[in-house]
Amino acid sequence: MQLPAKMIHSLFLVNSSGDIFLEKHWKSVVSRSVCDYFFEAQERASEPENVPPVIPTPHHYLISVLRHRIYFVAVIQSEVPPLFVIEFLHRVVDTFQDYFGVCTEAAIKDNVVVVYELLEEMLDNGFPLATESNILKELIKPPTILRTVVNTITGSTNVGEQLPTGQLSVVPWRRTGVKYTNNEAYFDVVEEIDAIIDKSGSTITAEIQGVIDACVKLTGMPDLTLSFMNPRLLDDVSFHPCVRFKRWEAERILSFIPPDGNFRLLSYHVSCQNLVAIPVYVKHNITFREGSSQGRFELTLGPKQTMGKGLEAVLISSQLPRGVLNTNLNPSQGTYNFDPVTKLLSWDVGKINPQKLPSLKGSMSLQAGASKPDENPTINIQFKIQQSALSDGDKILYLYLLYRIPTEVCICFQKGCVLLFLQWPNQ
Amino acid sequence: MLSMSTNNLSYSDQGGTDSAVEVGQETTPTSSNAGAGFGLFSVDFKKNEDLKEMLESNKESLKLEAMKRVVGLIAKGKNASELFPAVVKNVASKNIELKKLVYVYLVRYAEEQQDLALLSISTFQRALKDPNQLIRASALRVLSSIRVPIIVPIMMLAIKEAASDMSPYVRKTSAHAIQKLYSLDQDQKELLIEVIEKLLKDKSTLVAGSVVMAFEEVCPDRIDLIHKNYRKLCNLLVDVEEWGQVVIISMLTRYARTQFTSPWKEDGVFDEHNERAFYESDEEKTRDETEAKPYMMDPDHRLLLRNTKPLLQSRNTAVVMSVAQLYWHLAPKNEVSIVTKSLVRLLRSHREVQYIVLQNIATMSIQRKGMFEPYMKSFYVRSTDATHIKSLKLEILTSLANEANISTILREFQTYVKSQDKQFAAGTIQAIGRCATNISEVTDTCLNGLVLLLSNRDETVVAESVVVIRKLLQIQPTQHSDIIKHMAKLFDNITVPMARASILWLMGEYCERVPKIAPDVLRKMAKSFTSEEDIVKLQIVNLAAKLYLTNSKQTKLLTQYILNLGKYDQNYDIRDRTRFIRQLIVPNDKNGALSKYAHRILLAPKPAPVLESAYKDRDRYQLGTLSHTINTKASGYLELSDWPAVAPDQSVRNVEVIEPEWAPSLGKTGKSKPAKSSDDKFYSDSGEEEEEEEKGSGSSSSEDGSSSSSSSEESGSDAESHVQKNSSQSSEESDKSSSQSEKSSSESDSEKKERKTKTPLQKKTVKPTAKDGYHTIMEHIFNEESWTYVTKNQHTKTIFVNVINQHSVLQTFSYSHWSTLCVSLFTQLCPLSLAFPLQLSGPAFVPEKSHDLLHRMTGKGLSAQYQFPRQPCLYQPTMVSVQISLTNTTDHPLEQIHIGDRSPTGLNIHCFNTIECLEPEASVTVFIGIDFNDSTQAANFQLCTKEDHFSVSIQPAIGELLLPITMTELDFRKLLGMNESSATITMAAENMTSQPISRPVATVANLGMVPSSQDNVHRFAGKTASSGAVVLVTVELRESSTALITINTEKSVMGSMLLRDLKLALAQT
Repeated sequence: MQLPAKMIHSLFLVNSSGDIFLEKHWKSVVSRSVCDYFFEAQERASEPENVPPVIPTPHHYLISVLRHRIYFVAVIQSEVPPLFVIEFLHRVVDTFQDYFGVCTEAAIKDNVVVVYELLEEMLDNGFPLATESNILKELIKPPTILRTVVNTITGSTNVGEQLPTGQLSVVPWRRTGVKYTNNEAYFDVVEEIDAIIDKSGSTITAEIQGVIDACVKLTGMPDLTLSFMNPRLLDDVSFHPCVRFKRWEAERILSFIPPDGNFRLLSYHVSCQNLVAIPVYVKHNITFREGSSQGRFELTLGPKQTMGKGLEAVLISSQLPRGVLNTNLNPSQGTYNFDPVTKLLSWDVGKINPQKLPSLKGSMSLQAGASKPDENPTINIQFKIQQSALSDGDKILYLYLLYRIPTEVCICFQKGCVLLFLQWPNQ
Repeated sequence: MLSMSTNNLSYSDQGGTDSAVEVGQETTPTSSNAGAGFGLFSVDFKKNEDLKEMLESNKESLKLEAMKRVVGLIAKGKNASELFPAVVKNVASKNIELKKLVYVYLVRYAEEQQDLALLSISTFQRALKDPNQLIRASALRVLSSIRVPIIVPIMMLAIKEAASDMSPYVRKTSAHAIQKLYSLDQDQKELLIEVIEKLLKDKSTLVAGSVVMAFEEVCPDRIDLIHKNYRKLCNLLVDVEEWGQVVIISMLTRYARTQFTSPWKEDGVFDEHNERAFYESDEEKTRDETEAKPYMMDPDHRLLLRNTKPLLQSRNTAVVMSVAQLYWHLAPKNEVSIVTKSLVRLLRSHREVQYIVLQNIATMSIQRKGMFEPYMKSFYVRSTDATHIKSLKLEILTSLANEANISTILREFQTYVKSQDKQFAAGTIQAIGRCATNISEVTDTCLNGLVLLLSNRDETVVAESVVVIRKLLQIQPTQHSDIIKHMAKLFDNITVPMARASILWLMGEYCERVPKIAPDVLRKMAKSFTSEEDIVKLQIVNLAAKLYLTNSKQTKLLTQYILNLGKYDQNYDIRDRTRFIRQLIVPNDKNGALSKYAHRILLAPKPAPVLESAYKDRDRYQLGTLSHTINTKASGYLELSDWPAVAPDQSVRNVEVIEPEWAPSLGKTGKSKPAKSSDDKFYSDSGEEEEEEEKGSGSSSSEDGSSSSSSSEESGSDAESHVQKNSSQSSEESDKSSSQSEKSSSESDSEKKERKTKTPLQKKTVKPTAKDGYHTIMEHIFNEESWTYVTKNQHTKTIFVNVINQHSVLQTFSYSHWSTLCVSLFTQLCPLSLAFPLQLSGPAFVPEKSHDLLHRMTGKGLSAQYQFPRQPCLYQPTMVSVQISLTNTTDHPLEQIHIGDRSPTGLNIHCFNTIECLEPEASVTVFIGIDFNDSTQAANFQLCTKEDHFSVSIQPAIGELLLPITMTELDFRKLLGMNESSATITMAAENMTSQPISRPVATVANLGMVPSSQDNVHRFAGKTASSGAVVLVTVELRESSTALITINTEKSVMGSMLLRDLKLALAQT
């Protein structure tokens, strides 16, 4: 008699066409027929995203995440916090991406042995064992062409023989004995705005979220301290485990021993009482005439209150109604693309020149006989503003805007951060 | 080499074909693209056959290649079990990657091929003893994963052994193995609980999460095991790895619900309500009681809340959610809202995370609107959201709606109704209906809005509106006959069955309000009856019956026609209904009794439907659980118990201030319980000297008994025979009981010599009996000049008492000097955090150097100097003792010298007793203890006199935070698996001779010498004062005056700092 074991029992990787292309079991083998319940749900869902993340079946529970058009389906036998599994699956995806650069079906199939070794290390008996990327990289070295060649000749392996130093220490995210000839640390401040703007152009809600991504290449065991000019702006923060909670609570200072290499130091939410300046506007005119198989499409972009900073890397995307067969549009600059299958229109605008505003005009052909779509499509805009005021290092304010129909946008970038190196042994 | 291997390959290829059946031979000898026409089977078969050859070849690379392909097969779900014999042979391979792949294979197929799997067991048993902790751990992992019932005893043994391994990583693995063994064989439960109990005491953060997981799986009802570890778990929580945090928090949530009283009574308005209803009779009494005893939160309850709060900032969404549910279930009502912000933050995470979080918010928002109302805008639906996310957001928005924000919400809903996602639009209409019923001010507005939607072009929208309007009309039917008329007009265009049924029901229910239209509708229905859906048919029958009762003149024939149609319908529900209605309404002789009441039965006023949330009763499940998500009890769900009316005894959680975490729970010591408990008592009451003093001599007999076990405990990690030898020796020794100090010291002197002449393993036990020991030590203390205390100081008394109580559990030690004796006595006071005995030894060297603490100029005549005496601190073993000499350089006495404020505020200092008066030119030496917490951060505090405050600070060198320990060379080597930092330096010439090498090292750091069998390698060992982490230093002298310094410690920061100091000291001097 076996008890229903807790935690993650098995993992199936399912591609968008519904084939299981990898399976891994941490306990007894669960037949892949358990995925039939998943496929049923997949069929019922109109969009791939609509498959419910938790599916109960008679003897198991299936918890899945969808990333890069691959479903990662975990099989659970008994009570476990669903977020625990979901968070773990996302970590698995992140790790694959970290190892192979991309997380695609092809990449996973090509590296199936590494994938297996990774999954073996990440989970023991269904309970996460090592999920920290630097620990994993000491246990299993990421595949590179050079190493593959060397291994074939010398017969050495990808697998580490010693327990990663991080695994035992109180700073599991950092390995010891790191050495660099050039010691450098970069901090990127990336901010996103998430705004909903209604038809009349007024902002319904706008939230600003930011992250500080760091790339730290320092020798030894550096202990860094980072203080903000105006920490009050950071309303709600979440940290990498390396940040000392108590210090932040008491002094609003980030104090940490960083992992080696790239990592996300913190993500935050900016509290802004009043709505802020809007750097871009969109004029739109999208009409469908009743009874005709033609529709008009017109979009113009312009900068607004950018304090002299140029808008760059502007990218527009819009999900057009199902009735649209094809489009015949003319961009004044950049390139546009319409996928007749997914009905996704994307327009890579590039840089906005205030003297000559970019526009996209033309007609859409509609399915004959179909009734006029009654909703205007949503338009998403992405762009960057180079923020030179933040001085040294490359700090980019990256803004991601989410629109419900057209018009305007808002952003705020009054925060800056100061880097202070207070304690740095071994130097 | 390369060409050889290709040869090999081709040979084996051919070999494979030869041995294959006819199919293989006939097709083609050049294998690879063998018969596409022969179907998949032959290709597969062939492939596996050549795999077998490769696995059995001598070439490592070929084997590896083959294993990689085998793993590929397993990953695809193909059967590779017939290769088992060939694979299992490679389990002992030297190549670690190959070995790991074989492990993967074994774990997958061992269950199917149990007999063959047994072949591999001995390899694992050997690997369990490997000096490399990674190999020990992975051997245990595989051994416990192969699910072969026959090896249960072997697994049990391995788990027990690994649970006292010195590597926390191996101990963690053993906690995982517990669960695996338990799922394989539940009969082992009791034994496993013992191991869990032991591991729960472990103070490594690495182990905590895994052992709690094992606890949850094996014995979640054994709450009593948690009591003693509760506070430790709370305190460790922040440093435990993320996944462990989730498990621990959910366990502690359940624990707290059984141990503390409810914090909700005070402010929970409805709670009080309930109570009153319940105790109606003695209402007065209950109220009196609550008033008399105001609620006081248990400090342990508060500790849990306080220590989990920072985890709301975790990047791991599961951790944040688990803290949120902890607050929801445990915190006072007014504190729960601190989790809101973090939960809202999680909504920016992945889609699946949003789904779970929104579900939980939906449940929370029903009970406590106020918590999420300020964040209403975060729940606005985005067009890119998945459908299930959208409907959850709708659910929450509806719950949050109140008089103040309803207009905003309705405006938002108007946009949603126009969504292209029709399922979502329909959901919005239902939501509008709910708002309309909940908030009476907007009922009319909503109704009008819904009527407008009836002319929408989309069918689902119209249908949903009809259904919702029907429900709303039931609430206030009087004024709305025109809406009913309007709907009757639309009836022909509506095809959705539910909507048609709803309109028909409305017609029937309010037929008196629309006397002209209703019969006409019935007429149309009679025509189309046969082609309608079942629910519509039922309502047609209903409508007919109602009309027959109210307006039989016009509808009698129609009704009969419909009843006839219904009688022969295919659906039995409809046939039943028809039969029932006919009997009810058509008067006949037999059952006239019922038909008298037909009017009252069919046209009774019906209560309006209550539109409520689907999440209304979800709170019966603990938030954040799988059961909550799927709204049914998942297997293995553990109920959250109700608060106890009276809190159970709080003292069960009291832990002795200084609890020996590891050593006493080891091996045989489990049996020496009585001795241990008396020890414990002593630790906790170390302040009550008098009482203890009396006991001191009396308790010798009981402690005698424990002594032999405590000495065997020391050598527990060594071979069995050694233990026996040692204990027999010790008992002999105790008979003789060397009462003379000379004798004991001479003995140990000779011991020392012995050691040098290559018998490092041998130890001797010196065990004076109570009284003798007391005198011996007292004599020594008083004979020694350097220990000039201000003898009035009470703490000196404490020391003696400590000595008295400790003497009989002396450990094995080797010493040549009396102070070492004291030191090893004090060892008992220190928590040993390792799995095998570490003995403190005396400092090899005490630097004379003293530092200025307070200059007489700045101190207005009071000058203070400090130095590190390198003695274990008496007050608390985690502290570093600091000796301070205070001198009065003024011409008047200084009064009331004491220690004032300190920073950081959490700094733990054991102050000296206030010096009432220090005469001019007099000086006094005092000892304080500072818990530096294993960091070199300066301890700042104020030195106060009666008039002044002087801020002073003590900055320890890293080497002063250590305490020397002794161990054998063997143990030393075993421990080397920890974090390592090393450097090669060029030695200064005078350090090259072997003798003085220990000197500079000892000057830098308080480390003990470890005997070494090699001349050029010098080993030193110590442990950190605060956490007891072991620090090992190896100095290896090499030719051309270079040396390799290696430091092994878990505390990697300390390691690198110490390395820097050592480099400086050895290189220049």
